[in-house]
Amino acid sequence: MKKNKGAVVGAMILLFFIITSALAPVIAPYPINEMNFEDSLQGPSMAHWLGTDEFGRDIWTRMLYGGRVSLLMGLFAVTLSGTIGVILGVLAGYYRKLDIYIMQFIDILMTFPSLLMAIAIVAVLGVGLTNAMIAVAISVVPSFVRVVRGSVLSIRETEYVEASRAIGVKNWKIICKHILPNVASPIIILATLEFGGSILSAAALSFLGLGAQPPNPEWGALVFVGKSFLSQAWWMTLFPGLAIMLVVLGFNLLGDGLRDALDPRSK
Amino acid sequence: MNQPLLSVKNLKTYFPIKKSLFNKRHHFVKAVDGISFEVNEGETLGIVGESGCGKSTMGRSILRLIEPTEGSIKFKGNEVTTLKQTDLRKMRKDMQIVFQDPYASLNPKMTVGAILGEALATHQLGQSAKERKEKVKELLSKVGLSSNHIGRFPHEFSGGQRQRIGIARAIAVNPSIIIADEPVSALDVSVQAQILNLFQDLKETLGLTYIFIAHDLSVVKHVSDRIGVMYLGKIVELSDKKQLFQQPLHPYTQALMSAVPSLDPDIKKERIILTGDLPSPSNPPTGCAFHTRCKFGKAVCVHVIPRETEVAPGRFVKCHMYDKEHRADFF
Repeated sequence: MKKNKGAVVGAMILLFFIITSALAPVIAPYPINEMNFEDSLQGPSMAHWLGTDEFGRDIWTRMLYGGRVSLLMGLFAVTLSGTIGVILGVLAGYYRKLDIYIMQFIDILMTFPSLLMAIAIVAVLGVGLTNAMIAVAISVVPSFVRVVRGSVLSIRETEYVEASRAIGVKNWKIICKHILPNVASPIIILATLEFGGSILSAAALSFLGLGAQPPNPEWGALVFVGKSFLSQAWWMTLFPGLAIMLVVLGFNLLGDGLRDALDPRSK
Repeated sequence: MNQPLLSVKNLKTYFPIKKSLFNKRHHFVKAVDGISFEVNEGETLGIVGESGCGKSTMGRSILRLIEPTEGSIKFKGNEVTTLKQTDLRKMRKDMQIVFQDPYASLNPKMTVGAILGEALATHQLGQSAKERKEKVKELLSKVGLSSNHIGRFPHEFSGGQRQRIGIARAIAVNPSIIIADEPVSALDVSVQAQILNLFQDLKETLGLTYIFIAHDLSVVKHVSDRIGVMYLGKIVELSDKKQLFQQPLHPYTQALMSAVPSLDPDIKKERIILTGDLPSPSNPPTGCAFHTRCKFGKAVCVHVIPRETEVAPGRFVKCHMYDKEHRADFF
Protein backbone atom coordinates (compact mmCIF):
# COMPACT_ATOMS: atom_id res chain seq x y z
CA MET A 1 0.00 0.00 0.00
CA LYS A 2 2.92 2.34 0.56
CA LYS A 3 3.58 2.68 -3.14
CA ASN A 4 -0.04 3.44 -3.86
CA LYS A 5 -0.40 7.16 -3.15
CA GLY A 6 -3.81 7.44 -4.80
CA ALA A 7 -5.32 4.81 -2.55
CA VAL A 8 -3.90 6.49 0.55
CA VAL A 9 -5.30 9.87 -0.48
CA GLY A 10 -8.66 8.22 -1.23
CA ALA A 11 -8.71 6.48 2.12
CA MET A 12 -7.88 9.72 3.92
CA ILE A 13 -10.67 11.64 2.17
CA LEU A 14 -13.13 8.90 3.09
CA LEU A 15 -11.89 8.70 6.66
CA PHE A 16 -12.43 12.46 7.03
CA PHE A 17 -16.05 12.24 5.85
CA ILE A 18 -16.82 9.09 7.82
CA ILE A 19 -15.44 10.48 11.08
CA THR A 20 -17.10 13.90 10.72
CA SER A 21 -20.44 12.29 9.85
CA ALA A 22 -20.22 9.86 12.72
CA LEU A 23 -19.36 12.66 15.15
CA ALA A 24 -21.96 15.05 13.72
CA PRO A 25 -23.94 15.50 16.96
CA VAL A 26 -20.71 16.30 18.83
CA ILE A 27 -18.97 18.64 16.44
CA ALA A 28 -21.92 20.38 14.76
CA PRO A 29 -21.89 24.02 15.88
CA TYR A 30 -25.68 24.52 15.66
CA PRO A 31 -28.80 22.37 16.09
CA ILE A 32 -29.65 20.86 12.74
CA ASN A 33 -33.04 22.43 12.13
CA GLU A 34 -32.64 25.66 14.07
CA MET A 35 -33.96 28.50 11.96
CA ASN A 36 -32.69 32.02 12.29
CA PHE A 37 -34.24 34.41 9.81
CA GLU A 38 -31.93 37.30 10.69
CA ASP A 39 -28.99 35.27 9.40
CA SER A 40 -30.64 33.84 6.29
CA LEU A 41 -28.55 33.50 3.13
CA GLN A 42 -25.32 34.59 4.82
CA GLY A 43 -22.06 33.86 3.04
CA PRO A 44 -19.24 31.93 4.66
CA SER A 45 -18.03 33.66 7.83
CA MET A 46 -16.43 32.84 11.18
CA ALA A 47 -19.85 32.20 12.72
CA HIS A 48 -21.10 30.11 9.81
CA TRP A 49 -18.10 28.47 8.09
CA LEU A 50 -19.97 27.47 5.00
CA GLY A 51 -22.71 30.07 5.18
CA THR A 52 -26.46 29.70 5.87
CA ASP A 53 -29.51 28.78 3.83
CA GLU A 54 -32.74 30.62 3.19
CA PHE A 55 -33.99 29.88 6.73
CA GLY A 56 -30.67 30.86 8.33
CA ARG A 57 -29.73 27.24 9.05
CA ASP A 58 -25.99 26.52 9.22
CA ILE A 59 -24.82 24.72 6.05
CA TRP A 60 -21.81 23.07 7.75
CA THR A 61 -24.12 21.58 10.39
CA ARG A 62 -26.55 20.34 7.78
CA MET A 63 -23.77 18.84 5.70
CA LEU A 64 -22.42 16.92 8.69
CA TYR A 65 -25.82 15.33 9.24
CA GLY A 66 -26.39 14.96 5.52
CA GLY A 67 -23.17 12.96 5.23
CA ARG A 68 -24.69 10.34 7.52
CA VAL A 69 -27.65 9.92 5.19
CA SER A 70 -25.55 9.87 2.03
CA LEU A 71 -22.94 7.41 3.32
CA LEU A 72 -25.59 5.10 4.79
CA MET A 73 -27.47 5.21 1.50
CA GLY A 74 -24.33 4.13 -0.30
CA LEU A 75 -23.63 1.39 2.25
CA PHE A 76 -27.16 0.06 2.07
CA ALA A 77 -27.29 0.15 -1.74
CA VAL A 78 -23.93 -1.62 -2.09
CA THR A 79 -24.75 -4.26 0.53
CA LEU A 80 -28.13 -5.02 -1.01
CA SER A 81 -26.95 -5.03 -4.63
CA GLY A 82 -23.77 -6.89 -3.70
CA THR A 83 -25.70 -9.65 -1.95
CA ILE A 84 -28.19 -10.07 -4.78
CA GLY A 85 -25.46 -9.72 -7.39
CA VAL A 86 -23.16 -12.30 -5.81
CA ILE A 87 -25.98 -14.82 -5.40
CA LEU A 88 -27.18 -14.41 -9.00
CA GLY A 89 -23.62 -14.30 -10.35
CA VAL A 90 -22.61 -17.51 -8.55
CA LEU A 91 -25.77 -19.28 -9.69
CA ALA A 92 -25.26 -18.18 -13.30
CA GLY A 93 -21.58 -19.03 -13.31
CA TYR A 94 -21.75 -22.34 -11.48
CA TYR A 95 -25.04 -23.83 -12.66
CA ARG A 96 -24.67 -23.50 -16.41
CA LYS A 97 -28.31 -24.33 -17.08
CA LEU A 98 -29.47 -21.26 -15.14
CA ASP A 99 -26.94 -19.05 -16.89
CA ILE A 100 -28.97 -18.12 -19.94
CA TYR A 101 -32.07 -17.17 -17.92
CA ILE A 102 -30.20 -15.06 -15.38
CA MET A 103 -27.98 -13.36 -17.94
CA GLN A 104 -30.89 -12.59 -20.28
CA PHE A 105 -32.62 -10.91 -17.36
CA ILE A 106 -29.46 -8.98 -16.47
CA ASP A 107 -28.98 -7.96 -20.09
CA ILE A 108 -32.51 -6.57 -20.13
CA LEU A 109 -31.75 -4.60 -16.97
CA MET A 110 -28.58 -3.27 -18.57
CA THR A 111 -30.35 -1.90 -21.61
CA PHE A 112 -31.69 0.93 -19.44
CA PRO A 113 -29.34 3.68 -18.32
CA SER A 114 -28.98 3.08 -14.59
CA LEU A 115 -30.24 6.48 -13.49
CA LEU A 116 -33.22 6.25 -15.81
CA MET A 117 -34.06 2.86 -14.40
CA ALA A 118 -33.68 4.13 -10.84
CA ILE A 119 -36.13 6.90 -11.69
CA ALA A 120 -38.56 4.38 -13.13
CA ILE A 121 -38.30 2.19 -10.04
CA VAL A 122 -38.93 5.17 -7.75
CA ALA A 123 -41.91 6.05 -9.92
CA VAL A 124 -43.31 2.59 -9.24
CA LEU A 125 -42.38 2.30 -5.56
CA GLY A 126 -43.08 5.91 -4.63
CA VAL A 127 -40.87 8.82 -3.63
CA GLY A 128 -38.75 8.50 -0.48
CA LEU A 129 -35.39 7.69 1.00
CA THR A 130 -35.84 3.92 1.35
CA ASN A 131 -37.28 3.50 -2.11
CA ALA A 132 -34.45 5.55 -3.58
CA MET A 133 -31.96 3.23 -1.92
CA ILE A 134 -33.72 0.17 -3.32
CA ALA A 135 -33.83 1.77 -6.77
CA VAL A 136 -30.13 2.53 -6.69
CA ALA A 137 -29.37 -0.99 -5.45
CA ILE A 138 -31.32 -2.60 -8.29
CA SER A 139 -29.58 -0.44 -10.87
CA VAL A 140 -26.17 -1.56 -9.57
CA VAL A 141 -27.00 -5.31 -9.47
CA PRO A 142 -26.09 -6.02 -13.15
CA SER A 143 -22.47 -4.96 -12.77
CA PHE A 144 -22.05 -7.25 -9.74
CA VAL A 145 -23.66 -10.18 -11.54
CA ARG A 146 -21.42 -9.80 -14.56
CA VAL A 147 -18.19 -9.52 -12.60
CA VAL A 148 -19.03 -12.40 -10.26
CA ARG A 149 -20.26 -14.67 -13.05
CA GLY A 150 -17.09 -14.10 -15.03
CA SER A 151 -14.86 -14.91 -12.08
CA VAL A 152 -16.90 -17.97 -11.11
CA LEU A 153 -16.72 -19.27 -14.67
CA SER A 154 -12.94 -19.26 -14.58
CA ILE A 155 -12.66 -20.68 -11.04
CA ARG A 156 -15.11 -23.54 -11.64
CA GLU A 157 -12.91 -24.89 -14.42
CA THR A 158 -9.78 -25.02 -12.27
CA GLU A 159 -8.35 -28.38 -11.31
CA TYR A 160 -8.84 -27.83 -7.60
CA VAL A 161 -12.57 -27.49 -8.11
CA GLU A 162 -12.47 -30.59 -10.30
CA ALA A 163 -10.52 -32.39 -7.59
CA SER A 164 -13.21 -31.54 -5.06
CA ARG A 165 -15.86 -32.84 -7.41
CA ALA A 166 -13.81 -36.01 -7.85
CA ILE A 167 -13.77 -36.42 -4.08
CA GLY A 168 -17.52 -36.03 -4.01
CA VAL A 169 -17.83 -32.68 -2.23
CA LYS A 170 -21.34 -31.27 -2.49
CA ASN A 171 -21.93 -28.32 -4.80
CA TRP A 172 -22.83 -25.81 -2.11
CA LYS A 173 -19.69 -26.69 -0.19
CA ILE A 174 -17.59 -26.24 -3.30
CA ILE A 175 -19.20 -22.83 -3.77
CA CYS A 176 -18.59 -21.76 -0.16
CA LYS A 177 -15.10 -23.14 0.31
CA HIS A 178 -13.52 -22.95 -3.13
CA ILE A 179 -15.41 -20.52 -5.34
CA LEU A 180 -16.34 -17.64 -3.03
CA PRO A 181 -12.92 -17.18 -1.37
CA ASN A 182 -11.32 -17.03 -4.79
CA VAL A 183 -13.75 -14.48 -6.24
CA ALA A 184 -13.63 -12.28 -3.12
CA SER A 185 -11.07 -9.76 -4.34
CA PRO A 186 -12.92 -8.63 -7.49
CA ILE A 187 -16.08 -8.36 -5.37
CA ILE A 188 -14.33 -6.15 -2.80
CA ILE A 189 -12.91 -3.90 -5.52
CA LEU A 190 -16.23 -3.56 -7.31
CA ALA A 191 -18.07 -2.88 -4.04
CA THR A 192 -15.67 -0.02 -3.29
CA LEU A 193 -16.10 1.49 -6.74
CA GLU A 194 -19.88 1.05 -6.68
CA PHE A 195 -20.05 2.65 -3.23
CA GLY A 196 -19.09 5.99 -4.77
CA GLY A 197 -21.38 5.43 -7.75
CA SER A 198 -24.32 4.61 -5.48
CA ILE A 199 -23.84 7.77 -3.42
CA LEU A 200 -23.77 9.76 -6.65
CA SER A 201 -26.94 8.10 -7.98
CA ALA A 202 -28.71 8.52 -4.65
CA ALA A 203 -27.73 12.19 -4.59
CA ALA A 204 -28.94 12.54 -8.17
CA LEU A 205 -32.31 11.05 -7.23
CA SER A 206 -32.57 13.39 -4.26
CA PHE A 207 -31.61 16.32 -6.47
CA LEU A 208 -34.47 15.39 -8.79
CA GLY A 209 -36.75 15.36 -5.78
CA LEU A 210 -37.24 11.59 -5.85
CA GLY A 211 -35.08 10.60 -2.90
CA ALA A 212 -34.54 12.33 0.40
CA GLN A 213 -37.11 15.07 0.91
CA PRO A 214 -36.34 18.48 2.44
CA PRO A 215 -35.76 19.25 5.29
CA ASN A 216 -33.75 16.01 5.33
CA PRO A 217 -30.21 17.32 4.78
CA GLU A 218 -29.03 14.57 2.36
CA TRP A 219 -26.34 16.09 0.14
CA GLY A 220 -28.28 15.73 -3.08
CA ALA A 221 -31.30 17.32 -1.43
CA LEU A 222 -29.13 20.22 -0.21
CA VAL A 223 -27.97 20.87 -3.76
CA PHE A 224 -31.59 20.63 -4.93
CA VAL A 225 -32.74 23.28 -2.44
CA GLY A 226 -29.70 25.42 -3.11
CA LYS A 227 -30.24 25.58 -6.86
CA SER A 228 -33.24 27.91 -6.37
CA PHE A 229 -30.91 30.39 -4.71
CA LEU A 230 -27.97 29.88 -7.05
CA SER A 231 -27.71 33.54 -8.05
CA GLN A 232 -27.82 34.84 -4.44
CA ALA A 233 -26.14 32.07 -2.43
CA TRP A 234 -23.60 29.97 -4.36
CA TRP A 235 -22.39 28.34 -1.13
CA MET A 236 -25.67 26.48 -0.68
CA THR A 237 -24.97 24.31 -3.72
CA LEU A 238 -21.20 24.43 -4.01
CA PHE A 239 -20.26 22.86 -0.67
CA PRO A 240 -22.67 19.87 -0.68
CA GLY A 241 -21.75 19.32 -4.34
CA LEU A 242 -18.08 19.39 -3.44
CA ALA A 243 -18.68 16.86 -0.67
CA ILE A 244 -20.37 14.47 -3.11
CA MET A 245 -17.54 14.87 -5.57
CA LEU A 246 -14.84 14.28 -2.96
CA VAL A 247 -16.48 11.15 -1.54
CA VAL A 248 -16.96 9.64 -4.99
CA LEU A 249 -13.37 10.53 -5.86
CA GLY A 250 -12.20 8.97 -2.58
CA PHE A 251 -13.99 5.69 -3.30
CA ASN A 252 -12.69 5.58 -6.87
CA LEU A 253 -9.09 6.20 -5.78
CA LEU A 254 -9.39 3.55 -3.06
CA GLY A 255 -11.01 1.09 -5.46
CA ASP A 256 -8.29 1.55 -8.06
CA GLY A 257 -5.67 1.13 -5.37
CA LEU A 258 -7.29 -2.04 -4.06
CA ARG A 259 -7.44 -3.43 -7.58
CA ASP A 260 -3.69 -2.97 -7.94
CA ALA A 261 -2.99 -4.32 -4.46
CA LEU A 262 -5.18 -7.42 -4.80
CA ASP A 263 -4.14 -8.34 -8.32
CA PRO A 264 -1.43 -10.98 -7.97
CA ARG A 265 -0.02 -10.10 -11.39
CA SER A 266 0.88 -6.57 -10.28
CA LYS A 267 3.07 -7.81 -7.42
CA MET B 1 -8.67 -64.29 -13.89
CA ASN B 2 -11.49 -63.12 -11.72
CA GLN B 3 -13.75 -60.29 -12.62
CA PRO B 4 -11.79 -57.19 -13.63
CA LEU B 5 -11.87 -54.23 -11.23
CA LEU B 6 -12.78 -51.80 -13.96
CA SER B 7 -14.16 -52.60 -17.34
CA VAL B 8 -14.76 -49.96 -19.96
CA LYS B 9 -16.76 -50.83 -23.06
CA ASN B 10 -17.12 -48.70 -26.15
CA LEU B 11 -16.73 -45.46 -24.21
CA LYS B 12 -17.46 -42.35 -26.25
CA THR B 13 -17.23 -38.73 -25.21
CA TYR B 14 -18.27 -36.21 -27.83
CA PHE B 15 -18.31 -32.46 -27.37
CA PRO B 16 -20.89 -30.67 -29.50
CA ILE B 17 -19.77 -27.60 -31.44
CA LYS B 18 -22.51 -25.22 -32.40
CA LYS B 19 -22.08 -23.99 -35.92
CA SER B 20 -24.65 -21.22 -35.97
CA LEU B 21 -28.11 -20.39 -34.75
CA PHE B 22 -29.82 -21.65 -37.90
CA ASN B 23 -27.58 -24.50 -38.88
CA LYS B 24 -28.76 -27.14 -36.44
CA ARG B 25 -26.67 -29.89 -37.97
CA HIS B 26 -24.62 -31.18 -35.08
CA HIS B 27 -20.88 -31.33 -35.27
CA PHE B 28 -18.88 -33.05 -32.61
CA VAL B 29 -15.34 -33.15 -31.37
CA LYS B 30 -14.91 -36.88 -30.90
CA ALA B 31 -12.45 -36.67 -28.03
CA VAL B 32 -12.99 -40.27 -26.95
CA ASP B 33 -14.33 -42.46 -29.72
CA GLY B 34 -15.14 -46.00 -28.70
CA ILE B 35 -12.60 -47.14 -26.15
CA SER B 36 -12.72 -50.55 -24.48
CA PHE B 37 -10.34 -52.03 -21.93
CA GLU B 38 -10.24 -53.83 -18.64
CA VAL B 39 -8.13 -53.18 -15.58
CA ASN B 40 -7.50 -55.96 -13.10
CA GLU B 41 -7.02 -55.40 -9.41
CA GLY B 42 -3.46 -54.50 -8.48
CA GLU B 43 -2.18 -53.78 -11.97
CA THR B 44 -1.15 -50.56 -13.62
CA LEU B 45 -2.51 -49.77 -17.04
CA GLY B 46 -0.49 -47.15 -18.85
CA ILE B 47 -2.11 -44.96 -21.49
CA VAL B 48 0.15 -43.15 -23.94
CA GLY B 49 -0.55 -40.87 -26.85
CA GLU B 50 0.34 -37.43 -28.14
CA SER B 51 -1.33 -34.32 -26.81
CA GLY B 52 -4.88 -33.89 -27.96
CA CYS B 53 -5.54 -37.58 -28.51
CA GLY B 54 -8.12 -37.69 -25.72
CA LYS B 55 -6.15 -39.30 -22.89
CA SER B 56 -7.24 -36.84 -20.23
CA THR B 57 -10.83 -36.72 -21.46
CA MET B 58 -10.93 -40.49 -21.18
CA GLY B 59 -9.68 -40.36 -17.58
CA ARG B 60 -12.22 -37.73 -16.63
CA SER B 61 -15.02 -39.57 -18.42
CA ILE B 62 -14.38 -42.72 -16.41
CA LEU B 63 -14.78 -40.66 -13.23
CA ARG B 64 -17.76 -38.88 -14.78
CA LEU B 65 -16.12 -35.52 -14.19
CA ILE B 66 -17.04 -35.16 -17.85
CA GLU B 67 -20.24 -36.98 -18.73
CA PRO B 68 -19.54 -39.68 -21.32
CA THR B 69 -21.79 -39.67 -24.38
CA GLU B 70 -22.09 -43.42 -24.82
CA GLY B 71 -20.73 -46.71 -23.59
CA SER B 72 -20.48 -48.58 -20.35
CA ILE B 73 -18.12 -48.31 -17.40
CA LYS B 74 -18.36 -51.17 -14.92
CA PHE B 75 -16.55 -50.69 -11.64
CA LYS B 76 -16.54 -53.68 -9.27
CA GLY B 77 -19.41 -55.03 -11.32
CA ASN B 78 -21.57 -51.90 -10.96
CA GLU B 79 -22.48 -49.68 -13.88
CA VAL B 80 -21.06 -46.20 -13.29
CA THR B 81 -22.64 -44.33 -16.20
CA THR B 82 -26.17 -44.63 -14.85
CA LEU B 83 -25.45 -43.85 -11.19
CA LYS B 84 -27.51 -41.10 -9.59
CA GLN B 85 -25.67 -38.11 -8.11
CA THR B 86 -25.95 -39.35 -4.52
CA ASP B 87 -24.68 -42.83 -5.40
CA LEU B 88 -22.00 -41.34 -7.61
CA ARG B 89 -20.77 -39.33 -4.65
CA LYS B 90 -20.38 -42.50 -2.61
CA MET B 91 -18.61 -44.23 -5.48
CA ARG B 92 -16.09 -41.38 -5.68
CA LYS B 93 -14.55 -42.66 -2.46
CA ASP B 94 -13.35 -45.67 -4.45
CA MET B 95 -12.05 -43.91 -7.56
CA GLN B 96 -9.67 -41.00 -7.36
CA ILE B 97 -7.65 -38.81 -9.67
CA VAL B 98 -4.26 -37.12 -9.49
CA PHE B 99 -3.94 -34.12 -11.76
CA GLN B 100 -1.23 -32.99 -14.09
CA ASP B 101 -0.57 -29.46 -12.89
CA PRO B 102 0.24 -29.33 -9.17
CA TYR B 103 0.04 -25.53 -9.33
CA ALA B 104 -3.59 -25.54 -10.47
CA SER B 105 -4.90 -28.51 -8.53
CA LEU B 106 -4.61 -27.04 -5.03
CA ASN B 107 -6.85 -24.21 -3.84
CA PRO B 108 -4.47 -21.29 -3.12
CA LYS B 109 -6.69 -20.03 -0.30
CA MET B 110 -6.72 -23.27 1.71
CA THR B 111 -4.08 -24.77 3.97
CA VAL B 112 -2.82 -28.29 3.39
CA GLY B 113 -4.72 -29.40 6.48
CA ALA B 114 -7.96 -27.94 5.10
CA ILE B 115 -7.46 -29.47 1.65
CA LEU B 116 -6.87 -32.97 3.00
CA GLY B 117 -9.41 -32.53 5.80
CA GLU B 118 -12.09 -31.74 3.21
CA ALA B 119 -11.57 -35.13 1.58
CA LEU B 120 -11.82 -36.89 4.95
CA ALA B 121 -14.86 -34.93 6.11
CA THR B 122 -16.72 -35.55 2.85
CA HIS B 123 -16.71 -39.29 3.45
CA GLN B 124 -16.98 -39.15 7.24
CA LEU B 125 -13.53 -40.60 7.76
CA GLY B 126 -12.67 -39.60 11.30
CA GLN B 127 -15.36 -38.61 13.76
CA SER B 128 -13.99 -35.39 15.23
CA ALA B 129 -11.88 -32.57 13.85
CA LYS B 130 -9.07 -33.73 16.12
CA GLU B 131 -9.20 -37.26 14.79
CA ARG B 132 -9.15 -35.96 11.23
CA LYS B 133 -6.14 -33.81 12.02
CA GLU B 134 -4.28 -36.91 13.17
CA LYS B 135 -5.26 -38.66 9.94
CA VAL B 136 -4.03 -35.73 7.88
CA LYS B 137 -0.66 -35.91 9.64
CA GLU B 138 -0.55 -39.62 8.94
CA LEU B 139 -1.31 -38.97 5.26
CA LEU B 140 1.42 -36.36 5.03
CA SER B 141 4.00 -38.78 6.36
CA LYS B 142 2.76 -41.44 3.95
CA VAL B 143 3.56 -39.21 0.99
CA GLY B 144 6.88 -38.10 2.42
CA LEU B 145 5.97 -34.70 3.84
CA SER B 146 6.45 -33.52 7.39
CA SER B 147 3.43 -33.35 9.70
CA ASN B 148 4.21 -29.74 10.57
CA HIS B 149 3.41 -28.78 6.97
CA ILE B 150 -0.25 -29.05 7.92
CA GLY B 151 -0.84 -25.32 8.43
CA ARG B 152 0.95 -24.13 5.31
CA PHE B 153 -0.53 -22.84 2.08
CA PRO B 154 0.17 -24.41 -1.34
CA HIS B 155 2.35 -21.51 -2.55
CA GLU B 156 4.88 -22.34 0.18
CA PHE B 157 5.70 -25.66 -1.49
CA SER B 158 7.72 -26.72 -4.51
CA GLY B 159 6.14 -28.45 -7.50
CA GLY B 160 7.13 -31.91 -6.31
CA GLN B 161 5.83 -31.26 -2.81
CA ARG B 162 2.57 -29.95 -4.22
CA GLN B 163 2.17 -33.09 -6.27
CA ARG B 164 2.71 -35.10 -3.08
CA ILE B 165 -0.16 -33.15 -1.50
CA GLY B 166 -2.29 -33.95 -4.55
CA ILE B 167 -1.48 -37.62 -4.12
CA ALA B 168 -2.23 -37.44 -0.39
CA ARG B 169 -5.65 -35.99 -1.24
CA ALA B 170 -6.32 -38.87 -3.63
CA ILE B 171 -5.34 -41.59 -1.14
CA ALA B 172 -7.09 -39.85 1.78
CA VAL B 173 -10.38 -41.58 1.05
CA ASN B 174 -8.83 -45.08 0.66
CA PRO B 175 -9.66 -45.56 -3.02
CA SER B 176 -9.08 -48.84 -4.82
CA ILE B 177 -8.21 -47.24 -8.15
CA ILE B 178 -6.41 -43.99 -8.95
CA ILE B 179 -6.40 -42.37 -12.35
CA ALA B 180 -3.13 -40.50 -12.65
CA ASP B 181 -3.50 -37.89 -15.38
CA GLU B 182 0.07 -37.08 -16.44
CA PRO B 183 1.09 -36.65 -12.80
CA VAL B 184 4.77 -36.08 -13.51
CA SER B 185 4.84 -34.24 -16.83
CA ALA B 186 4.85 -30.83 -15.11
CA LEU B 187 7.83 -31.74 -12.92
CA ASP B 188 11.51 -31.75 -13.70
CA VAL B 189 13.23 -35.06 -14.25
CA SER B 190 14.87 -35.59 -10.85
CA VAL B 191 11.57 -34.90 -9.09
CA GLN B 192 9.71 -37.09 -11.59
CA ALA B 193 11.67 -40.10 -10.39
CA GLN B 194 10.83 -39.39 -6.76
CA ILE B 195 7.13 -39.05 -7.50
CA LEU B 196 7.11 -42.22 -9.63
CA ASN B 197 8.75 -44.12 -6.79
CA LEU B 198 6.14 -42.73 -4.42
CA PHE B 199 3.43 -44.09 -6.72
CA GLN B 200 5.13 -47.50 -6.69
CA ASP B 201 5.49 -47.51 -2.88
CA LEU B 202 1.88 -46.54 -2.34
CA LYS B 203 0.72 -49.19 -4.78
CA GLU B 204 2.46 -51.86 -2.74
CA THR B 205 1.53 -50.63 0.74
CA LEU B 206 -2.07 -49.71 -0.05
CA GLY B 207 -2.81 -52.30 -2.74
CA LEU B 208 -3.79 -49.71 -5.32
CA THR B 209 -4.66 -50.06 -8.98
CA TYR B 210 -3.61 -47.32 -11.38
CA ILE B 211 -4.57 -46.03 -14.76
CA PHE B 212 -1.47 -44.08 -15.56
CA ILE B 213 -1.85 -41.52 -18.34
CA ALA B 214 1.31 -40.02 -19.83
CA HIS B 215 2.86 -38.89 -23.06
CA ASP B 216 6.34 -39.93 -22.00
CA LEU B 217 7.03 -43.53 -22.99
CA SER B 218 9.90 -44.04 -20.56
CA VAL B 219 7.66 -42.97 -17.66
CA VAL B 220 4.91 -45.34 -18.75
CA LYS B 221 7.42 -48.14 -19.24
CA HIS B 222 8.66 -47.65 -15.70
CA VAL B 223 5.29 -47.89 -13.96
CA SER B 224 2.96 -49.96 -16.13
CA ASP B 225 2.14 -53.64 -16.44
CA ARG B 226 0.09 -53.20 -19.58
CA ILE B 227 0.03 -50.29 -21.99
CA GLY B 228 -2.64 -48.87 -24.24
CA VAL B 229 -1.59 -46.62 -27.11
CA MET B 230 -4.12 -43.94 -28.01
CA TYR B 231 -4.51 -42.14 -31.29
CA LEU B 232 -7.33 -39.70 -32.02
CA GLY B 233 -9.70 -40.95 -29.35
CA LYS B 234 -9.14 -44.64 -30.01
CA ILE B 235 -6.86 -47.24 -28.46
CA VAL B 236 -4.90 -48.56 -31.45
CA GLU B 237 -2.83 -51.09 -29.55
CA LEU B 238 -3.26 -52.65 -26.13
CA SER B 239 -0.65 -55.02 -24.92
CA ASP B 240 1.59 -56.33 -22.22
CA LYS B 241 4.45 -53.91 -21.54
CA LYS B 242 7.27 -56.30 -22.50
CA GLN B 243 5.72 -57.37 -25.77
CA LEU B 244 4.86 -53.83 -26.72
CA PHE B 245 8.41 -52.60 -26.27
CA GLN B 246 10.01 -55.63 -27.88
CA GLN B 247 7.76 -55.82 -30.86
CA PRO B 248 5.41 -52.95 -31.47
CA LEU B 249 2.78 -53.95 -34.02
CA HIS B 250 0.73 -50.91 -34.94
CA PRO B 251 2.57 -48.48 -37.24
CA TYR B 252 1.79 -45.65 -34.85
CA THR B 253 3.28 -47.53 -31.92
CA GLN B 254 6.35 -48.28 -34.02
CA ALA B 255 6.76 -44.58 -34.73
CA LEU B 256 6.41 -43.77 -31.02
CA MET B 257 8.94 -46.42 -30.03
CA SER B 258 11.47 -45.15 -32.52
CA ALA B 259 11.34 -41.77 -30.79
CA VAL B 260 12.48 -43.13 -27.43
CA PRO B 261 16.09 -42.06 -26.88
CA SER B 262 18.47 -44.91 -26.21
CA LEU B 263 21.20 -44.91 -23.60
CA ASP B 264 23.52 -46.91 -25.85
CA PRO B 265 25.00 -44.70 -28.58
CA ASP B 266 26.07 -47.75 -30.65
CA ILE B 267 22.57 -48.96 -31.25
CA LYS B 268 21.48 -47.75 -34.64
CA LYS B 269 17.76 -47.32 -34.80
CA GLU B 270 15.56 -46.50 -37.69
CA ARG B 271 13.80 -43.31 -36.70
CA ILE B 272 10.27 -43.17 -38.09
CA ILE B 273 9.29 -39.56 -38.58
CA LEU B 274 5.56 -38.94 -38.78
CA THR B 275 4.68 -36.22 -41.20
CA GLY B 276 1.87 -33.77 -40.72
CA ASP B 277 -0.10 -32.89 -37.62
CA LEU B 278 -2.57 -34.86 -35.59
CA PRO B 279 -5.79 -34.59 -37.62
CA SER B 280 -8.65 -32.65 -36.04
CA PRO B 281 -10.88 -34.84 -33.86
CA SER B 282 -13.87 -32.79 -35.03
CA ASN B 283 -13.28 -34.01 -38.56
CA PRO B 284 -11.31 -37.24 -38.31
CA PRO B 285 -10.03 -39.01 -41.45
CA THR B 286 -12.25 -41.69 -42.96
CA GLY B 287 -11.41 -45.34 -42.49
CA CYS B 288 -8.39 -45.80 -40.27
CA ALA B 289 -7.77 -42.47 -38.49
CA PHE B 290 -4.02 -42.98 -38.86
CA HIS B 291 -3.95 -43.50 -42.63
CA THR B 292 -2.96 -39.88 -43.33
CA ARG B 293 0.37 -40.41 -41.59
CA CYS B 294 0.93 -44.13 -42.04
CA LYS B 295 3.75 -45.33 -44.30
CA PHE B 296 2.00 -48.66 -44.97
CA GLY B 297 -1.29 -47.03 -45.93
CA LYS B 298 -3.29 -48.81 -48.63
CA ALA B 299 -6.62 -48.13 -50.28
CA VAL B 300 -8.47 -50.22 -47.74
CA CYS B 301 -7.21 -47.98 -44.89
CA VAL B 302 -8.90 -44.93 -46.43
CA HIS B 303 -12.32 -46.55 -46.62
CA VAL B 304 -12.67 -49.19 -43.93
CA ILE B 305 -12.41 -48.63 -40.21
CA PRO B 306 -10.06 -51.31 -38.83
CA ARG B 307 -11.49 -53.83 -36.39
CA GLU B 308 -9.92 -54.76 -33.12
CA THR B 309 -7.87 -57.90 -33.71
CA GLU B 310 -6.54 -60.11 -30.94
CA VAL B 311 -3.20 -61.16 -32.40
CA ALA B 312 -2.07 -62.98 -29.26
CA PRO B 313 -3.82 -63.57 -25.93
CA GLY B 314 -4.36 -60.16 -24.33
CA ARG B 315 -2.81 -58.36 -27.26
CA PHE B 316 -5.12 -56.17 -29.30
CA VAL B 317 -4.34 -54.13 -32.41
CA LYS B 318 -6.56 -52.02 -34.59
CA CYS B 319 -4.85 -52.23 -37.95
CA HIS B 320 -5.73 -53.90 -41.27
CA MET B 321 -2.23 -55.37 -41.51
CA TYR B 322 -3.10 -57.81 -38.73
CA ASP B 323 -6.66 -58.48 -39.80
CA LYS B 324 -6.98 -61.76 -41.71
CA GLU B 325 -9.52 -60.26 -44.06
CA HIS B 326 -7.26 -57.49 -45.37
CA ARG B 327 -3.86 -58.98 -44.71
CA ALA B 328 -3.40 -59.93 -48.32
CA ASP B 329 -3.49 -56.27 -49.37
CA PHE B 330 -0.24 -55.60 -47.58
CA PHE B 331 2.01 -58.55 -48.27
